[in-house]
Parts: sequence; structure tokens; C-alpha cells
Amino acid sequence: MLATGCNTADDILNAAHRSEVKGRSLWRDAMGRFARNRAAVISLFVLGLILIFAFFGQFLSSHDPAFVDFMLRGNIKELGGPSIENGHYFGLEKEGRDLYQRTVQGIRVSIMIGVIGSLVSVVVGTLYGAIAGYFGGRVDSIMMRIVDILMAIPFMFVIILLLVIFGRSVFMLFVGIGLISWLNMARIARGQTLTIKNKEFVEAAIASGVKPFTIIVRHIVPNLAGVVIVYATLLIPELIIIESFISFLGLGIQEPMTSLGALINDGASQLNRGTPWMIAFPLFFFLATLYAFFFVGDGLRDALDPKDR
Amino acid sequence: MFAFTMRRLAVAIPTILLLIVISFILMFAAPGGPFNAERPLPPAVLANIEAKYGLDQPYWKQITDYIYNIVVHFDFGPSFKYRDRSVSDIIAQGFPVTLKYGFWAFVVAVISGVSLGIAAAVKHNSWLDYLAVGISIGAQSLPNFVMAPLLVIVFTLWLGWLPGGGWNGGQWQYVVLPVIALSTSYMASIARITRSSMLEVLNAGYIRTARAKGLPTSRIIFRHALKPALLPVLSYIGPAFVLMITGSVLVDVYFSTGGIGYYFVNAAFNRDYSVMMGITILMGVLTILFNLIVDLLYAWIDPKIRY
Repeated sequence: MLATGCNTADDILNAAHRSEVKGRSLWRDAMGRFARNRAAVISLFVLGLILIFAFFGQFLSSHDPAFVDFMLRGNIKELGGPSIENGHYFGLEKEGRDLYQRTVQGIRVSIMIGVIGSLVSVVVGTLYGAIAGYFGGRVDSIMMRIVDILMAIPFMFVIILLLVIFGRSVFMLFVGIGLISWLNMARIARGQTLTIKNKEFVEAAIASGVKPFTIIVRHIVPNLAGVVIVYATLLIPELIIIESFISFLGLGIQEPMTSLGALINDGASQLNRGTPWMIAFPLFFFLATLYAFFFVGDGLRDALDPKDR
Repeated sequence: MFAFTMRRLAVAIPTILLLIVISFILMFAAPGGPFNAERPLPPAVLANIEAKYGLDQPYWKQITDYIYNIVVHFDFGPSFKYRDRSVSDIIAQGFPVTLKYGFWAFVVAVISGVSLGIAAAVKHNSWLDYLAVGISIGAQSLPNFVMAPLLVIVFTLWLGWLPGGGWNGGQWQYVVLPVIALSTSYMASIARITRSSMLEVLNAGYIRTARAKGLPTSRIIFRHALKPALLPVLSYIGPAFVLMITGSVLVDVYFSTGGIGYYFVNAAFNRDYSVMMGITILMGVLTILFNLIVDLLYAWIDPKIRY
């Protein structure tokens, strides 16, 4: 008992000594908190595996994603199941193409849409929110009123309208998703900016005659990083869901490209033909990706978001 | 209160107008008009048809006419594909269906979500609590387009209890699966919010007083704890109701219920712009209106809320 007591006292002394030598930065603190969150660390690991699979998985199979296997196509129910021997690890999809290759491609497309949409929201939303928050007053109320108005528009319908009118392409999908993704980010960034702009270092910058725009880019935006990273991570799965939803309706990604939503739709349409693998594999990777992103985002929020401290 | 209502209206009306203008601009930007067939019509005939639909008017006149007709006659114009039906007919046909299962989904989500949340909070850190939290985390991030096929696999293909699609005039067997598919994720969110706010309330001083007085647990929960615990839930279920009514496109398509989303997606495939526009605008107006009503209700229910 006594020994442990001594140990702890020693530890505290040691820690105090060490902390004198080098201070712990905000980011180190956050990393430590993240590392202690078991679900988040495991999810990060899973996410890494999925990413490696999505970008390098196609080299593991000799089949072409667009190649239709006519030898097996006539009887997919009996012959098209997952098998190691003929190299169709996940079996065939409904047109007789290799589901493994299609799934790898689908994961890649879905994740890319999520990540790029989220990056758009980071750039546009952060700047927009920081500008609105920094200038305040009338500028702020006009800019945020615009966000309010845009948020009230039923965007699922507008995205589909866009896709139908300008043709279904990945680019239009990006435009549609980019249009909505920055709105929440702008609100969050504005809220944070309102508290940051009253800090001393901003005052010091103003006093030393730094231009407003430079203050926003050099002093405010870097301090938004924590919150922005959290919400950008949580936005990715949401955007993946939106994209998959539109592709599920058959209005998103077009053949021969595919995404997880389109694959799940294909699988779902074949449900009563006795080919469950067609929905099982895409669904598995879809859910794994979503949950991994959600848990990593949650872990980051616990680690970085100053509200919960 | 009055000023607040006015302020909200000042946002709502421009939003609706903006929505109409955006959809209108999109429609004119679309390559190809509604009467560009594979075999082009003779110019004179085309001019006649365009005159009939008012497409020869200047754009601003078309927009103001369109808005005027919606506001005064609730008329969204003719469908570009179906000769015998106007957009309003299609809405009148599809909307009651969506409303019916949307309403039931709302009821199911609220009742099951709130009871799950209360049970989890009262039996805090028991297996029931963990089960409820597990269910709500699982269901919350499970999109309804995953939920719908899973339901069909289980209830239609394996168990054979319920039909996997159709509407049949709204017989209960046909309503069950759409209701479950639509309500699950909302149920999960409601359960989570109820649980956390109930936990907070149960730790409050006046609940301890009630316990110390020796009141039975059920009375404490239902008479003293429930009301304050439900306020955060209330602020969630308002917008959720709107989302459930408008966000059921997938359920309409997957279960072929013939609801409004079904017509929307059909119109998307047929490039029937006027139907798409009509439905988009209707949904936008509903969203904005319901949000307004919900906001006003809060201000009325909870006088502490200041705007």
C-alpha cells in the first residue's frame, strides 16, 4: 500500500518534471484521447483496411470489371456464386460481371464522392462561416440568412432534378452534393469564429495592422481546424449515404461505373432469384465503411471538440 | 411572439420563391424542350402547341403565371408526359398514400422510441440499457434503402408473412413494411434523445425528493420525470415529422406504394419536368411551413425559449 503510494508520488514528480521539459500540445492531447478510445482505434484500423482494399483490391483478381462471363451467365444462380476456383471471389452480379471487381470499384467511387464532397464543404464552408463570423453585424446576418434559406430547400429533390436535367454524370453528382455539403459546416465555423475573434491574439493582429482577410486565413481558420476535422469526418458517411441513396434509385452513377448504392440496388432487385451474395457483399462493405467513418468521427469529436472538455 | 412569427415568415416566403425560381431556371436550362420528339414537329404545329402551354411567352411572364396559378388555383400546370392528367391530379393521387404511412411511421417511431428510451434510462447500465443503446446506434446509421431490402428478405422471402410491395388501397398488410422501413432510424434517434434527457432528469433534486417521500417508481417516472424529459424529444420530432413525410421517396419506390416519391422518380426517368418541379415545390413549401408551425409551437409550449 505504502509502496504504491510512493510510486504514485514519484510518478507525479516525474510527470511534473517531464512537463517542464516539453509541454503537451493540444494535438498531442487529442491524439492521446483518441488512442484511448478503443472503438475509434479499431474503426480507424478497419477504415485503413477498406481504403487499401478499395484502391489496391483490383490487382488481386484477374477479371476485368466490365467483362461479362458468358460461360456462367446463363445460370448465375447455380454457377455464379462466390468461388475461389474460377476467380470470382464474390460471385457474379446480375449481368454476369465479376462482383469482386465491381465491389472494389463501388467502394472506391463511393468513398471518393464522400471525401471530395467533404473537402468542398471544408473549403467553402469554413471560409464562408469564418468570414460571416469575423465581420459580424449586417454581413453576418445576410450571409447566414442565405444559409438558412438554402437549408430549407428539399435538396434530395433538387439534386435529382439537377441530375435529370443536366444528365447523370459523376460531375453533376459532385455539383449537387457540393451544393448542400457546406451549409452545416458554415454554421459550425461561424459559431467557432464568434468565440475565437475575441481572443487576445486576434486583437494583437488587428492592433498590428493585419488586413482582415489575412487575419481570417492565418489566424482564425487554423484555430477552426479541430472542429472542422471532426465534422468533415462525420460528413463523409452522410454524403456516402446520399450518393448511395440516389444511385439506389437508379438516378446516380451510370454504367459502366458503379457505386455501393447501385450495387445494393442491383442485389436487392435480384433478391427473389436466390442469389443472396449479390446484395451481401456490397451491403457488408457499405455498412463497414459507414460505421468505421462514424466511429472515427465520434472518436475525433471526443478528442478534439472543446465543448465536451 | 408576433414579431417572431413575422420574422420567420420573412424568411419562409423568399425561400419558397427562390425554390420556384431555381427550379424554373433549371427547367429552361435543360437541353431539349418537352415537345422535341425523335421526329421533329412541323414548326407551325410546334408553335401552336407551345402557345397552348404558354411556352411562347417571355420567361418572366411564364414564372409569374406559374406562381399565380399555384397560389390561386393550386394548379401546377399540365404534365408533359401524361396527356390526361395534370400535375395537381398526380399530387392528389400520390400524396394521401405518402401521408398515410408517413403518419403511422411517425406514430410508431415516437411511441416505440420514447418507451425504449425511458426503459433504458430507468434501467440504466442494465442489459436492457445496453440493448437499447446498441439498437439505436445500429439503426440510426442504417439507411432506409438498406432497411427496406432487409425487411423484404425477412418478412416476405423467409417468413412469407407480409407482401413485399404494392398498396392495395392501404390494407394494413401492405402498410406494415413501409412503416417499419421509414420509422426505424427515427425511432433510434428518439430513443437516444429520450434516454439521455431522462437520465439527466432522473438525477435532478426534485426526483430525489419524490423518492424520499416514498412515491412509487412508476408514479415518479410518469408524473414527475416524463414531462420535462420530453421537451428535447419534442424539438426533435417536429422536424422529423416533416422529414418523414417528404423523405419517403425510397419507400415509395421500393415498395411501389404509389406515393408521391414514386411519381417523382418516375417523372425523373421520363424527363417529365413539370411533375418534378411541382413535387419539388410542394415538398419545399411543406417543409418550410411545417418548420414554421413547429417553431411557433415550441415558443408556445416552452415559454423559456426566446427568439
